[in-house]
Amino acid sequence: MKLTRTLLAAAAALGLAGAAAAADKIKVGFIYVGPVGDFGWSYQHDQGRQAIEAALGDKVETTYLESVPEGPDAERALRQMARAGHDLIFATSFGFMNPTLKVAKQFPNVKFEHATGYKRAHNVSTYSARFYEGRHVIGLIAGRMTKTNTIGYIASFPIPEVVRGINAAYLAAKSVNPDVKFKIVWVNTWFDPGKEADAANALIEQGADVIMQHTDSPAPMTVAEEKGIFAFGQASDMKRFGPNAQLTAIIDNWAPYYVRRAKAVLDGTWESADTWDGIASGMVAFAPFSERIPPEVRAEAQAAIEAIAAGKLHPFTGPIRRQDGSVWLKEGEVADDATLAGMNFYVEGIEGELPK
Amino acid sequence: MLRLEPRKEPSRLMVWATPPAAVLLTLVFGMVLFAALGKDPLRTVEIIFVEPLLSPFSRAELLVKAAPLVLIGVGLSLGFRAGVWNIGAEGQFIIGAVAGGAAGLAVYDTPGLWVLPMMCAAGMLGGFAWAMIPAILRIRFNTNEILVSLMLVYVAELWLSALVGGPLRDPEGFNFPESRLFHDSATMPILIEGTRAHVGVLVALAVAGLAWLALQRHVFGFSLKVMGQAPRAARFAGFSERRAVLACMGVSGALAGLAGVFEAAGPVGQLVPGLPAGYGFTAIIVAFLGRLHPGGVVLAGGVMALTYIGGESAQLEMQLPAAAISVFQGMLLFFLLGADVFVNHRLRLRRAPATESA
Repeated sequence: MKLTRTLLAAAAALGLAGAAAAADKIKVGFIYVGPVGDFGWSYQHDQGRQAIEAALGDKVETTYLESVPEGPDAERALRQMARAGHDLIFATSFGFMNPTLKVAKQFPNVKFEHATGYKRAHNVSTYSARFYEGRHVIGLIAGRMTKTNTIGYIASFPIPEVVRGINAAYLAAKSVNPDVKFKIVWVNTWFDPGKEADAANALIEQGADVIMQHTDSPAPMTVAEEKGIFAFGQASDMKRFGPNAQLTAIIDNWAPYYVRRAKAVLDGTWESADTWDGIASGMVAFAPFSERIPPEVRAEAQAAIEAIAAGKLHPFTGPIRRQDGSVWLKEGEVADDATLAGMNFYVEGIEGELPK
Repeated sequence: MLRLEPRKEPSRLMVWATPPAAVLLTLVFGMVLFAALGKDPLRTVEIIFVEPLLSPFSRAELLVKAAPLVLIGVGLSLGFRAGVWNIGAEGQFIIGAVAGGAAGLAVYDTPGLWVLPMMCAAGMLGGFAWAMIPAILRIRFNTNEILVSLMLVYVAELWLSALVGGPLRDPEGFNFPESRLFHDSATMPILIEGTRAHVGVLVALAVAGLAWLALQRHVFGFSLKVMGQAPRAARFAGFSERRAVLACMGVSGALAGLAGVFEAAGPVGQLVPGLPAGYGFTAIIVAFLGRLHPGGVVLAGGVMALTYIGGESAQLEMQLPAAAISVFQGMLLFFLLGADVFVNHRLRLRRAPATESA
């Protein structure tokens, strides 16, 4: 009698374990900070969601919540999703970090993926892209294309990711054009077409003839098109907003990663991890180069892309000094990921003070 | 021919009939909207208005969302009755959260039972002080408190982002503009285990009760009503307008500040740039939807919260775009203000030719 019961219990436990390990059909949810129609950050994440549907067909159901503010509402949105029977939830903005961890604690069986954060748990992974590799490439192009030697940079928040991007672009531009100067405007928002357009206009008035942005709307691209100058698309191909202005765009290609992670949940092989991929894996990609870039510059940029992909070139290779003149990287030294992840200083040559 | 005629005095029936009518009209036109988007209209309305009331989780979330709306709405409605237009509750909310949050972070290493009350006091003081700026400017220089209080919202937002990006930034936060998470003794006690509903809900209800008493039983409440409805009579009766401006702005500012602390120390648990979720502005709608009556504000806060929670469920289940939910909420205010015409006017059917000749 006792033995039978034990056997039954064991069988039940095995059955349950089996059910937890592999699933027939999973539900994947996405939380976006902006509208799916922002044509930038959130739009690109939604492309990844659609890629999951295309790749896994009827084995998966996907849903999303858009325009979720990074405040008190984020936790509720995440909880609602977890309660609605999702197996895997992607929280696609930095401000969702603490809410994601809180909700993950209460739903240990739901898997969470948080973009651009640094806190993990057994059921919370983090992932981000090495956008600075893309910034290196557009920095090269910008340095070659500017006539006024002034590049305008629309920056969002002074967090390491953005500072890294400015430094990478500046170092690359400087390497091909020693006279280049960066003008940086901080707009303190990720998505505000009005503010972004104002910033673009202000930069153009200060002599910038190439605009880079680390904000999500295509508004700066539209301004660049009107004023007849050059710009780079952000997060997605923004050519339709600046057919003449766009030189290329850094594209956040989340699709392969999203499909891989959803598959892992289906197979029962998902594990908490920290992913930081770049050009090599295809997470950072580029829109087709504009015809207006001279062939030799195009070749140079393409060579840089290939070198980075092959691991032969790191955008942060010494000698590099910090803005205050102190040595950061010695000749030939390559930056380590920990320093990059917490980067809070400008490199030598960038003017102005980093907002603290 | 239809025409509007002014009533001799506001219709009491219409005062109470228009809010439900506005909700009903919103439902009807909302269903048209949902149908036009290709969604089952009845099912969508059921998800938005009925289902959140059925699950314990959603009910708790309703309380979380409604509490700050009620707290701020009650304060605002006092002033609106007397013609004191505090439009900047959002700013007072932010300054309250910053003041209370900073107080909590300052004593991070010495936790104790006194921390949370101290944070609440600091938050109320912060909101109060922020509201005193437009109040004093109005009684000293006759400035317009609508503009001044509204402009101060943007100043408050910049203060918040400057502080969380600077002095209050989490030392281990990789430079991200956020404070560290509050210590356990600096967070709101939870009312219902396993949910986010915190004791601020009880405070909001108590405040609504107190406001009702003040309006019904206290000369202060009476003076506000008179000032709003008959300013000249109020002057003859010796009610001081200056005192009313200071009192209304002060009370609504302190309550908005308190709501800010509750939000920071409750659902969020830290200071973040995204903390202000528009409660200060939504509370204006709530105050009017509730007819500036404390009981009405409690109900209106609940209805408003319902549209948010239900709106999210509808997004999830019906894949309704977020913008459709915003349109739906906008309709509610539109119909309420539109229906307000009938409080002071009546619709008359007249034969056009007869009236022309007469």
